[in-house]
Amino acid sequence: MTGSVREPVVESTVESVVESVDDGAVIRTRALTKRYRGGQLAVDGLDLTVPAGSVFGFLGPNGSGKTTTIRMLMGLIEPTAGSARVLGHPMPRAARAVLPHVGALIEGPALYGFLSGRDNLLRYDAADPTADPRTRRARVTAALERVGLTAAAGKKAKAYSLGMKQRLGLAAALLRPRRLLVLDEPTNGLDPQGMREIRSLVRELAAEGTTVFLSSHLLDEIEQVCTHAAVMAQGRLIVQGPVADLAAGARGRLVVTTPDPADAARVLKEQGVADVVLAEERVSAEAPSADRELADLNSALVKAGVRVRGFSVERASLEDAFVALTGEGFDVAG
Amino acid sequence: MSRAEAAVADDGNTSSASTGIGPGPGPGPGPGPDTSGTTSGAAGIPQTPPISRTPTPTGPPTPTGPPTPAGPPTPTRAWTRIRTLTWTWTFGILRSELLTTFRRWRTLALLGVLAAVPILVGIAVKIETSDGSSTGRGGGGGAGPAFISQVTNNGLFLVFTALAVTLPFFLPMAIGVVAGDAIAGEANAGTLRYLLTAPAGRTRLLLAKFATVMSFCLAATLVVALSALTVGALLFPLGDLTTISGTRIDLADGLLRALLIALVVAASLTGVAALGLFVSTLTSSGIAAMATTVGLLITVQILDQIPQLHALQPYFFPHYWLSFADLMREPVYWDDLQKNLGLQALYAAVFGSAAWARFTAKDVMA
Repeated sequence: MTGSVREPVVESTVESVVESVDDGAVIRTRALTKRYRGGQLAVDGLDLTVPAGSVFGFLGPNGSGKTTTIRMLMGLIEPTAGSARVLGHPMPRAARAVLPHVGALIEGPALYGFLSGRDNLLRYDAADPTADPRTRRARVTAALERVGLTAAAGKKAKAYSLGMKQRLGLAAALLRPRRLLVLDEPTNGLDPQGMREIRSLVRELAAEGTTVFLSSHLLDEIEQVCTHAAVMAQGRLIVQGPVADLAAGARGRLVVTTPDPADAARVLKEQGVADVVLAEERVSAEAPSADRELADLNSALVKAGVRVRGFSVERASLEDAFVALTGEGFDVAG
Repeated sequence: MSRAEAAVADDGNTSSASTGIGPGPGPGPGPGPDTSGTTSGAAGIPQTPPISRTPTPTGPPTPTGPPTPAGPPTPTRAWTRIRTLTWTWTFGILRSELLTTFRRWRTLALLGVLAAVPILVGIAVKIETSDGSSTGRGGGGGAGPAFISQVTNNGLFLVFTALAVTLPFFLPMAIGVVAGDAIAGEANAGTLRYLLTAPAGRTRLLLAKFATVMSFCLAATLVVALSALTVGALLFPLGDLTTISGTRIDLADGLLRALLIALVVAASLTGVAALGLFVSTLTSSGIAAMATTVGLLITVQILDQIPQLHALQPYFFPHYWLSFADLMREPVYWDDLQKNLGLQALYAAVFGSAAWARFTAKDVMA
């Protein structure tokens, strides 16, 4: 998974973070645990695996330990127990070798208000000892352009709107080509247009081979861009895997629209369909298992004299899957 | 942390630091971080992989055109391109730190206040003595700050007076503000997490911060000295001067001693700087760190005046501060000067280590 080797001479002589990604995982944690002073268990035995090349959605209610996990992955806080490997290297021990390959947006952007947007990026780039100062200006300009901030680059950052700050934060993460992007709620504060831009940026980066680790509480956002997802609740990992599998885990709903709902409900029950719910002219029920031919159900309804106006199966959304998994909505975990 | 950092730094020096050299991020709207279209030649041309050419990390990149295997930038696997980490690059953070600090409105305001002090003192002395009387209201002897009675004879003495006036409070307070805010202010603004994930490296960042605070000490002292020299030259005569010991030295020697005194005063502030930096690592509120540092300064200054504590006083960082006057003796009386510098070095070592121990082990939550 280390990518095509274009310059074999270089690759063979340089032993670096670049090659040693173990079995295709960009992030791998083992029993990762963080207990804060005061005893609060923020992350509890997390086993997370982020495959290389994926767009990985990291879901969970507020207070479920997502940001604590991200901070441990970025070497900002020390785990209480367990281990985390990023790009094949242990964190936080190998932080200085790993982090130049990682762009991060953690808990929203943080900027120097008294510096212009451009100067903010110049400063963040200067903080990276492996970033070439000779290409700094060009890279900053490119990053500004990529997030659409070229026109506002000279403005003091304190005059930026939240959305502009968010974009500048993203630009900081894109100062160099990255192998991994960790984006914590990247669309916060953005208008719908901005959200779309970010989504397309994420897709574009993923297409270039960058693994994107995206934490969000917007389920449809995850569903739209992510290939994989993990769900956390109360510090524990509930599930992880490809998004398609997760959504498939929750069954869809069979929906029949009819002017004769009572009859329809009766027929459906006779046909052995579970969880029939009546609401005005709409009857919904648990979608029957895959081996059941839906057309037969429809034909049974019609034969029974039910006038069917609409007959469909609504695919389960990730939100359904999420609620099924956590048994709750997006409430703040106590 | 230190061990790990050392290991990584070592690794970096010998080989592996990939950068954004080479391919852009591909077909996206933005061009790559540096495409061959870059104007500056050395920057724009994809670097020859240094490892295959020069084993030493210091080998300057030679802009010999695109090396054959690299070719023009292509949007594949940018990170596989490796280039050397030269040791000078690691000073980027220091430069950035200095720029950020000295471009800040607050820093300039502090320097402005410091520059105003000699002006006020000079004007006050001028008005006080305009009727021909000497300062100190009829020869009260030790009244007023050191050297003030000599200012009317020689403007150069205003430099010593201004430093003596600002050293007990104004200068260390300014240092306390800058040092206290150094880490805590970044933590408060949240910028610390981005510096650390850049990755700045905790030890490297702390060293850059300390160097910057020390630069500010020097700048602040020089601002006071230069302002005093300007005001002194404008309002009072300049010329040969009399040392404390009664001997006469010429103006050039006097200026040299003034510079030496300014340097000693700047060095005297090392203790406060280290203390402030340590306090700064303890909290994530810049204001709290500044207030604590300045509070400690005032407390120690008061304790230094209590006779019952004389056994402890030689260990208070401001205790020997005014020993810089000994540089105006002939011959120079080095005893207290050495004690002062030794004490400052001790404070720098103790609180610098404490700051390092704290900062490198700290969970950055801000």
